Amino acid sequence: MSEHAAVAGAKPHVAHEAHHEELGFWRKYVFSVDHKVIGIQYAVTGLLFLFFGFSLMMLMRWQLAYPGAALPLVGRILGESRMPGGTMLPEFYNELGAMHGTIMVFLGVVPLAVGGFGNFVLPLQIGAPDMAFPRLNMLSYWSFFLGGVTMLASFFVPGGAAQSGWTSYTPLSVYASSGQTWWLIGMVFLITSSLLGAVNFITTTIQLRAKGLTFMRFPFFVWAQFVTAFLLLLAFPPLEAAAVLQLMDRVAGTSFFLPTGLVVSGQALTNAGGGNTLLWQHLFWFLAHPEVYVLILPAMGIVAEIVANNTRKPLWGYRSMVYSLVFLGFMSFIVWAHHMFMTGMGTAMAAFFQTTTMIISIPSVVILTALIISLWGGSIRFNTPMLFALGFLPMFGIGGLTGLPLGLNVADIPLHDTYYVIGHFHYVVAPGTIFALFAGVYFWFPKATGRRMNETLGVIHFIGSFICMNVIFMPMFFLGMAGVSRRLYDGGAAYDFAQPVLHLNVISSWGAWMLALFQLPFIFNFFWSIWKGARTEENPWQATTLEWAAPSPPPHGNFVQVPQAYRGPYEYSVPGAAKDFVPQYEA
Amino acid sequence: MDIPYTVELRRDTGLNNGKIGIWLFLASEVMLFGALFATYILLRTGAQTWPRGDTILNVPLATFNTIVLISSSVTMVMAWASLMRGRFGTFRMYMGATVLLGGVFLVVKYFEYSHKFHDGLFPSTNNFLAIYFTLTGLHMLHVMGGMAVNAYFWGPGAKLWKTDPAWFTNRVENSGLFWHFVDLVWIFLFPTLYLL
Repeated sequence: MSEHAAVAGAKPHVAHEAHHEELGFWRKYVFSVDHKVIGIQYAVTGLLFLFFGFSLMMLMRWQLAYPGAALPLVGRILGESRMPGGTMLPEFYNELGAMHGTIMVFLGVVPLAVGGFGNFVLPLQIGAPDMAFPRLNMLSYWSFFLGGVTMLASFFVPGGAAQSGWTSYTPLSVYASSGQTWWLIGMVFLITSSLLGAVNFITTTIQLRAKGLTFMRFPFFVWAQFVTAFLLLLAFPPLEAAAVLQLMDRVAGTSFFLPTGLVVSGQALTNAGGGNTLLWQHLFWFLAHPEVYVLILPAMGIVAEIVANNTRKPLWGYRSMVYSLVFLGFMSFIVWAHHMFMTGMGTAMAAFFQTTTMIISIPSVVILTALIISLWGGSIRFNTPMLFALGFLPMFGIGGLTGLPLGLNVADIPLHDTYYVIGHFHYVVAPGTIFALFAGVYFWFPKATGRRMNETLGVIHFIGSFICMNVIFMPMFFLGMAGVSRRLYDGGAAYDFAQPVLHLNVISSWGAWMLALFQLPFIFNFFWSIWKGARTEENPWQATTLEWAAPSPPPHGNFVQVPQAYRGPYEYSVPGAAKDFVPQYEA
Repeated sequence: MDIPYTVELRRDTGLNNGKIGIWLFLASEVMLFGALFATYILLRTGAQTWPRGDTILNVPLATFNTIVLISSSVTMVMAWASLMRGRFGTFRMYMGATVLLGGVFLVVKYFEYSHKFHDGLFPSTNNFLAIYFTLTGLHMLHVMGGMAVNAYFWGPGAKLWKTDPAWFTNRVENSGLFWHFVDLVWIFLFPTLYLL
């Protein structure tokens, strides 16, 4: 080994002569190996999928608010096979539900949070010229893209897209129409993509950080992406295994998830049997619980950057936040069965998973508390990124705290699979993570384009979204506590017990449609600012981390001169300093 | 633009990028096969009856294949060691042998599979065969992947030796790590499926 090290170390990599010839359009913008272009590709694709997934939900909200009523105009466009006479078929409703979840999680939020922000910001923040494996990075994006195309195409196959929920529980999914096969193949592409991304992120963070940038000088965002990458690396493969097994069940006629004596639609199955239905749930949630942290950790990272920058103070308790993050990542692998309390697991197992679930809430609370205390005594600048970051804090707080009853076996029994769960999860991810992502878009937009987004439109976007998000999701807690199941095609209209709370469905739906209206300022602002926004210099927010040392937008290779880190990431308002911020890159 | 530490080692980590990358990738592979082995355990412990592997599968053939794969791991190390000594000719020979041995493994596997199909034994027959075909099939895909990479380094990829021998040696080493992993998976598969 030492001999090998000698050989490898003896001859420094032959430096290619610096070539400055312009790359063609395809190599520069489409099949680019530049982490910033790939990051923007991820971000734009992710934003488009977020809007598409949201549109599916707006259709569902019509059926939930006005069950059986014909949807004007749009109902006609979608055709007789989906919405005959404008009324939604139950099968189509199920397609929308399954694909909303799948698209939002795997094609919207994760690509935007990890693929987009991770790719664009992380190498800049650690002072790297690019990712460690640029071509792998490109492959990761195109694998994601193929996965997305597969998912979209599945809407047009006979029987439509997957209908078994985003969790694809067996044995229902094994007997679903061919859209489910497309879903599984799409997932294999997406898993491959995030695997390649995760390898790249971890290697880049360890190897390419600038001189002087020790781990405890990392911006919190880098730590968040680093831990997230480990979750993606280790939690996704079991889902890949599960997807292969379900594909075998569907295509090769195996019985991995089909128990002996299963009866479907009144007919006994002829399969060999002997399988285990719960096996799917275990493999799925072994991924999907860490996946929840994949959704939330990058959001916490973004919010931490913006809070420190706009309070002009160091983050309070940076070290305890980092330790909490690492602990959170580790614990997220041993809580998955709290999604399965209703499957008849024994009390010993339930006790174990309740305990781990209660423990994992502690580091989340530590991070949230540290962020809130960071506000104390700061001279806060209320710009658009900061507004979204401030919105994140209470929204994530509500989402997190409402999760505690679900983590307890006994309290979970009445709440399981009701709208309460939907409310809880969406508070974490929609006004939680997505607000953080919006904050990140407004915050790093000047770095990506050299121009700022409009503040007035940003404030309108924030206030409208903040109100609408709560109008959508707050009623769900009441629906859920009244016992309305999350999977009902008519939103509970067929049940007597649900009658007193049915009007909440209407409120929630109008909230969703209003939310769409309030995204228009953002969409306009986004495109308008690319060409017409106010020009900025490289550090418009007077921030301290390394990405602000690069020109805006940074060229291929990022920095004009190789940056070096001389201090911690958040040296704001240092007593005796000339300015109220001392960048990491200034000696 | 050049990425730092593609070939040379970073002083504080003592590693180059490729080495970290391949180990991380192998970690994820452990999780993939780990999930499938867990599936095997769950199915077997939950089954009323479970056949002994040797009553259905061909143990002598699999033993032969085990020897073939272990030999290919040895030739893989020899290929890398040849590069370390700067002997490109012997590298070619050993790398070629590695790819060929992978091919022998696949041919034997092909005869095993077709014999099973001929006897009417399919993945759908029972869960033992289901997990057998899934595990060995996925392993076979890994063998093919490893062979493709090794064949590339034996053929067109070897051009790198002329311009940057240290980098080429590293790449062969990383490809070797993957090949050993594929070998290791088989060493677990063989007793689990054929002998227990």
